[in-house]
Amino acid sequence: MDTVSPESAAPPTLTLRDVAKSFGQVVALRSATLVAHPGSIHALVGENGAGKSTLIKIVAGVHRRDGGDFLLAGEPADFGSTAESKAAGVAVIYQEPTLFPDLSVTENIFMGRQILGAGRRIDRAAMHAEAARLFAGLGVHIDPRRPALGLSIADQQIIEIAKAISLDARLLIMDEPTAALSGVEVERLFAVARRLRDEGRAIVFISHRFDEVFDLCDTVTVMRDGEYVATRPIAGTSVEEMVGLMVGREVSDLFPKTPAEIGDPVLEVSGLTARGVFHDVSFTVRSGEIVGLAGLVGAGRSEIARAVFGVDGYESGSVRMKGRAVSPRDPGAAIRAGMAFVPEDRRKQGLVTDASVTDNIAGVIRGSLAKLGLLTKGMENRAVAPWADRLEVKTSSLDMFAKTMSGGNQQKVVIAKWLATKPTLLIIDEPTRGIDVGTKAEVHRLLSELAGQGMAILMISSELPEVLGMADRVLVVCEGRLTADLPRESATPQAVMHAATQTREVAS
Amino acid sequence: MTRTYAAYAHPLWRRLLLSREAAVVALVIGVSMWAYGNVPYFGEQLTLNYLLLDVTPILLIALPMTLVIVTGEIDLSVASVVGLSSVLVGVLHEGGFSIPVAAAVALVVGAVCGALNGYLVAHVGLPSLAVTIGTLALYRGLAVGILGTKAVTDFPADWTQRASETIGDTGIPTVMLLFLVLAVGFALLLHFSAFGRGVYDIGLGSEAALFTGVKVQRTKFILFVLTGAVSALAGIFYTLRFGSARGDNAAGLELQVIAAVLLGGVSIFGGRGKLVGVIAGVLLIGVISSALRLQGITVNVINIIIGLLLVVSVVSTPVLAWVSDVAARRNRGTRPTKTPAGVGTP
Repeated sequence: MDTVSPESAAPPTLTLRDVAKSFGQVVALRSATLVAHPGSIHALVGENGAGKSTLIKIVAGVHRRDGGDFLLAGEPADFGSTAESKAAGVAVIYQEPTLFPDLSVTENIFMGRQILGAGRRIDRAAMHAEAARLFAGLGVHIDPRRPALGLSIADQQIIEIAKAISLDARLLIMDEPTAALSGVEVERLFAVARRLRDEGRAIVFISHRFDEVFDLCDTVTVMRDGEYVATRPIAGTSVEEMVGLMVGREVSDLFPKTPAEIGDPVLEVSGLTARGVFHDVSFTVRSGEIVGLAGLVGAGRSEIARAVFGVDGYESGSVRMKGRAVSPRDPGAAIRAGMAFVPEDRRKQGLVTDASVTDNIAGVIRGSLAKLGLLTKGMENRAVAPWADRLEVKTSSLDMFAKTMSGGNQQKVVIAKWLATKPTLLIIDEPTRGIDVGTKAEVHRLLSELAGQGMAILMISSELPEVLGMADRVLVVCEGRLTADLPRESATPQAVMHAATQTREVAS
Repeated sequence: MTRTYAAYAHPLWRRLLLSREAAVVALVIGVSMWAYGNVPYFGEQLTLNYLLLDVTPILLIALPMTLVIVTGEIDLSVASVVGLSSVLVGVLHEGGFSIPVAAAVALVVGAVCGALNGYLVAHVGLPSLAVTIGTLALYRGLAVGILGTKAVTDFPADWTQRASETIGDTGIPTVMLLFLVLAVGFALLLHFSAFGRGVYDIGLGSEAALFTGVKVQRTKFILFVLTGAVSALAGIFYTLRFGSARGDNAAGLELQVIAAVLLGGVSIFGGRGKLVGVIAGVLLIGVISSALRLQGITVNVINIIIGLLLVVSVVSTPVLAWVSDVAARRNRGTRPTKTPAGVGTP
C-alpha cells in the first residue's frame, strides 16, 4: 500500500482500515481503508455505489461499522450518533446543508450551544461578534444577523464550515460540496479549504469532478465496490490512471443481452427541456433495443424518465410514441400510448405497499377488465394470476400486502403490473436496486427476453456493469445534458465515466 | 408450468366475520334488540319513523364523505351546503318557483360549492382541512346573508308530507328508497369499479397512484362535487321535512357525519373502510340516541356517550392490530418487539 506519509510525526487525523458494513444482505463496504493526515486535503473518489457515502456516514456517526479499525488522531473511535462524532471533532459538510431557514446565521452556528451571559441569558451580542470573527477568519463576508432563508447553497456551506470551526473540528469531510456551486463560489470554497488545511486540519473531499480533485487535493484514495483500491499522491497521477482505478474490472458476462432484431423507432424524444433539471435532451429507442441511460446520481436521468412518462412536466420539446405525439404531464396518455414505467422508488412510487398483490398488479389494467363498468375481486384475481405466475412472484396468496414481500418480489410485482398492460416501451429505473443476486439475474434475463420479443426498453442504472452488459446503446447524462451516445462496441467503462464527469477527451 | 395462488389467505366467511364492519353491524343489531326488549316505545313504528328521518341527512352525506375520507381528504363544509341549499329552496319558493325547480337550482349550487372545494384541493393542491374550514364559513355566511335571521315556512303541504311519508304502514320513510338507490350507486362506485380502486390507491399512497396512471386530481375533484350535490339534496330534504328554510339549518351536522364515518371503520388517514360499515355506523348512532332519549336521558349525556364510543372505536383499531400481532408472534414462538406506540396511526 503506497500511502503518502507527511513529514510530521503526528498520527493521522483519521484512520479507517478494512472497514466493513452490510445492510441486511446488501454489502455496502467490504474492506474500506482511508488515512487522512493533518494539513492535507484528501480526495475520495469512486463510482456510484462504491461505498463512499457509507464510509462517510460511519465517520459521521450515522451508521456503525460491522468490522475493521476506526481511529481518530490515533485513538480508537466508535460513534453511535452524529452528536458523538461532532463532539470528537468531526464535521461533515453535505452537498445541500440543512439550516433552520427562519433563524439567523448566528443562531444557526450556535444552535444548541448558545453563548450564555449573566443570569443564563443568551448573549446575542457575543454570539454575533463570535460569528463575525469566524467569517473574518475564513475570509468571507456574510452578515451574521441575517436569516438563513434565501442564502445561496454556497453561503450555507460556509455557515456549516464556520460551525465546524467553532466546534474546533479537526476533520472536515466535504461530500460533493461543489455539485450545486458556480465557478466563483467553488473558488471561494477552495480558498477556505486551503486556509483550513494550512491551519493543520485534515480535509476529506469527495467529488466526481476530476479537475477539482487535481486542483485542490494532494492525495487521492480510490474505492470500488465497497473496497479500497489505491491511495496515490495527486502529483504524478493522471486522469486516465484514476479512471482505470475506479472502473478496474473487465465487464463480465454477468449481464447477457441476447442479440435481438432492432426495428422501427418506438420512442422519439426531441429537445426536451425542463429549466434547471435537464436541457435539450433528444434520443430514440427502437423496438428490440435496450438503451441504457447512464450518469452520476443527480445528473437528471430519473427526471428525464419521469418527464417522458408524464409524471413531471417539461417546458419545451416533444415526446412521440410510434410517431404520434404524447401529451405532456399526463401518465394516462403515456400509458395509452404504450409506455410502462417501473420507477426508482419501489416502495413509494412503484407500489401501493398497503394494498394486496392483486390490487397492485391490476393497478393499470383494471379499467379495461370491468364489464359494464363493474369490477369484482374475482375478475381481478383471474386476470392477475397468469402474470404473477409468469414472473414467479413468490407469495402464498395474492391477497398478501405488498409490504410484506422481499425487495425482489416487490420488483416482480411492479414489473408484472406493467407487463399486464402489454406495453411497447418499458422504462425501467434502477431495475435491480436493493434486490438479491438471484432475482437480479432473473430480471436481466427477463429484460433480454422482452427485447427479443420486440419491446423497446429504456433502462436507467447506476451500476455500470449492468448498463454495459445489457444495453445496445448507452446514453450518458451529465448535469442535465446528454454528453454521449455510445453504441455497444464503444461503450467502455472509461468512455462512460469520462462522459459522465464531462472530461470529454474520450467521448465521441 | 402453472402454479395456483390461493385467492385469499382466509375464507370469505372468516374475513367477513372478523371485519370491522361486521362488528359495527353486530353492535347495531345487538343494541336494537336490547332496546326493543327494554326501552318502552322503542319498538313502535313512530320511533322507527323518527329515528330514520332524523338520520337521513347524515346517511345521505356519509355516502360521498366516505369516498372523500378514503382518499385521505375531508370535507367540513357539508353542513353549510345543507344550510345554503335550504335557504335557496326557501327563497326561490317565496319568489314563486315550484319546489322541483327550486330543488334543481339548489342541487346545481351544491355541486358548484363542491366544485370550488374540489378545485382548491385537487388542482391548486391546498389541504382539504384548511380549504373546507374556509368554505364552511363562506357557504354558511352566504346562507345567512341571503335570508338573514328570518325563516321561510309556508311550503306546500303536499311536499312537506311527501318528505316524511312512510312506505305503507311499516314506519319506514319513503325517502329511504332514495337513500337506498344512492347507497347502491356509491357502493358500486367504491367497491365494484376501477374508479373505486383508484380511490383506495390514492388514500394508501397517492404518489404510487399517480405513477400507475390513476387520475388523482380528477378523482378528488369528482368526489368533492358529488359531496356538494348530495349535501344539497340533504338540505332539500331537511327543509321539506321540517317545513322550514333557515340560514342556520343543520349547523354542526358535518361533525356528526364525520363521526359516523369514522365509527363505521373508515380510517381518517385514508385507504381503509367500507360503505356497509359507515351505514351501520350512522344507524348505530341513531339507535343509541333514540333509545337513550326514550329513556329520558338528556341530549348532553347522549353526546358524551357517543363521543366516548367514537374515541373507543378509533383507538380500538391499532390496539386490536397489536393484539393480533402479539398472538401471531407467540404462535411462531417469537416475542413481540413492538408496543402499541402506534395508537392513533394507521
